[in-house]
Amino acid sequence: MLLIKNARIINASGELPGLKDILIEDGKITRISQGLACDGAVVMDAAGKAVMPGFIDLHVHLREPGREDKETIASGSRAAVKGGFTSIFAMPNTTPAMDTAQVVQFVFDQAKKVGLVNVYPVGAITKNRDGAQLTEMMDLRRAGCLAVTDDGKSVMNAGLMRRAMEYAGMAGLLVMQHCQDPSLTGAGVMNESLVCTRLGLKGDPVVAETVIVARDIELAHYLGTPIHFMHISAARSVELIRRAKKEGIPVTAEAAPHHFSLSDEAVKGFDTATKVAPPLRGMADVVAVKEGLKDGTIDCIATDHAPHTQEDKELDFDAAPPGLIGLETAFGLVMKELVDAGILTLPQAIDKLSFAPARIAGLADKGVIAEGKDADMVIMDVEKEWLVRRDDFCSKSRNSPFIGWTLKGCVDTTICGGKVVYP
Amino acid sequence: MTEWTQKHLLDLDDVSRDEIELVIETARSFKEVSAREVKKVPALRGKTVALLFFEPSTRTRVSFELAAKRLSADTLSIAASASSVTKGESVLDTALNIEAMNVDAMVVRHQASGVPQILAQGTKTVIINAGDGCRAHPTQALLDVFTMVDKLGPLDGKKVVIVGDILHSRVARSNISALLTMGAHVVVCGPSTLMPCGVEGLGVEVTTRIDRALDGADVVMALRMQKERQNELFLPSITEYIREFCITSERLKKARPTALVMHPGPTNRGVEIAADVADGAQSVILEQVTNGIAVRMAVLYLLLGRKTE
Repeated sequence: MLLIKNARIINASGELPGLKDILIEDGKITRISQGLACDGAVVMDAAGKAVMPGFIDLHVHLREPGREDKETIASGSRAAVKGGFTSIFAMPNTTPAMDTAQVVQFVFDQAKKVGLVNVYPVGAITKNRDGAQLTEMMDLRRAGCLAVTDDGKSVMNAGLMRRAMEYAGMAGLLVMQHCQDPSLTGAGVMNESLVCTRLGLKGDPVVAETVIVARDIELAHYLGTPIHFMHISAARSVELIRRAKKEGIPVTAEAAPHHFSLSDEAVKGFDTATKVAPPLRGMADVVAVKEGLKDGTIDCIATDHAPHTQEDKELDFDAAPPGLIGLETAFGLVMKELVDAGILTLPQAIDKLSFAPARIAGLADKGVIAEGKDADMVIMDVEKEWLVRRDDFCSKSRNSPFIGWTLKGCVDTTICGGKVVYP
Repeated sequence: MTEWTQKHLLDLDDVSRDEIELVIETARSFKEVSAREVKKVPALRGKTVALLFFEPSTRTRVSFELAAKRLSADTLSIAASASSVTKGESVLDTALNIEAMNVDAMVVRHQASGVPQILAQGTKTVIINAGDGCRAHPTQALLDVFTMVDKLGPLDGKKVVIVGDILHSRVARSNISALLTMGAHVVVCGPSTLMPCGVEGLGVEVTTRIDRALDGADVVMALRMQKERQNELFLPSITEYIREFCITSERLKKARPTALVMHPGPTNRGVEIAADVADGAQSVILEQVTNGIAVRMAVLYLLLGRKTE
């Protein structure tokens, strides 16, 4: 039993008046009130700090099984709780891919051994993510998957994507799409713009993303089955999604912190930590992503936490793999770039980080601090500023373009399932 | 007193309940013929029935052949692969050439939907559809309905469940047509990727959940699941199909204890139907085959035999 006193509870729906006490029993929030007392409970004083529902990241690369040198389920979990995340969705581009119930079960088992956060393995749409044959989605569902994606790749065969959406619909799995047509990306390593012309790097145009967004909006419209777009980076994508939602087409979307914090100008130093897929875009795209978050076109924020070893990233810009870590800097960037900038209120930010992802993934008991819900929460020092230092990361990897930045909003305590998991 | 007035049997969409019941009644009397020592009646003596099978078949072709012979008709059988179709002769031209030899009826099976219509329009002979593409297989549905009525009595309000690849099944389409005409409540069940577009519009209940489908069913009809479907993007694997849709004895418990288990054949044991279910007490799969001869005799008789000589 855990009793948190003097909490300033902030949900997506708003801030509760005054300070409250939160009683947690058997992993559930059992009471929220003032002046609570409980014999035998461990008492924690939040001392007026903000207490928010634990963040839910729909897009994390934990690299296990296969590349435990970059990250493991254990180290990724530690990075997650440091960043205030209590639920993370693990992408299937592991080795072997999460394309069978057996690999999915392995990830669940490892996560249980680590015992820090809720890890939800996301199954692959196609076997080995080859884009050729559907995975046994009924079996994946039975093993506990809530969603499927071929992340890292789009399902390029439209006919197969149609069947995937129908079949996933039958299995009750959310389809998440990484939107990128490789024939349009070509050899592109950064956004196609004047910046890439000056830097002499090959460009990956926004249209590589928008054609897949447009195609899948059409499929969702035709089939009436939902689609979730991952890491939306382009202004045009935001516009397409906005119109689709107006038409009542069942689409949802996420954006990553780096896509509202950095533009392609950041690539100028050739720091490979700025190499990511989809790439950092132009200022107009960054503005559009922020606008999309503000008006609800983009439902949630997901980090696309993508750890790579120093050796992997130490190569020239063409050769380095794309990706940057994000779990530990997400909230800080949200505060600095969105809340302090007046784009989102703090409750709206919590919606993007917690309530909306829970809704999209179908996690009915998460994303909100309320009686009866799961005791996943973060005690946050919202005002505290902190310097992003290389050596402070819990992740095994260090590929972050935010090293040296001063961010705002520091996690004090993370509680998952009623247990203190950070510090 | 119902009369059979249609010249051809292309599908069951325009066949009335009375006409189906006439077929059933006629088939009942012919069923008895097949059980005799001398399995012959002279009803179609002197008539010639041509079997034009452009798509390979054993059971349906043999069934039609025996039906014609037991009515004392002469038969001739053309298998496409052994004919001048291989020399590029068109379907219509083949049929016109056979017609020029003064046959009384052509029983046609083709992999393309609509071929029997083309022949009915392009020739003057009686055309009986033995299965065209994914569109219709009227004699299969008639023998299925005969079997159900024979065992269960009138089908009004009875729950008939068809499980499998509905999208590619002419057997399903013809059964849906006949069963709705006979007042049954039809449920189709299978993977969402193998459900035809707008199938609810045919008047059936649609579900992807086998347990919901089988609950209280009076008839369970399993369709053959072609192994090729997993390579054609429709299914992840046959293994998953089996796990989710195979009619096992455990699943069958959800249906009524008196429920019939049916299959148009050939069966893939262990895929759409478990071996012990196919062989079990509720299975009427082999009776369907026996009834098929009687029903086809009835169809041939009604189309050819009652014209005044």
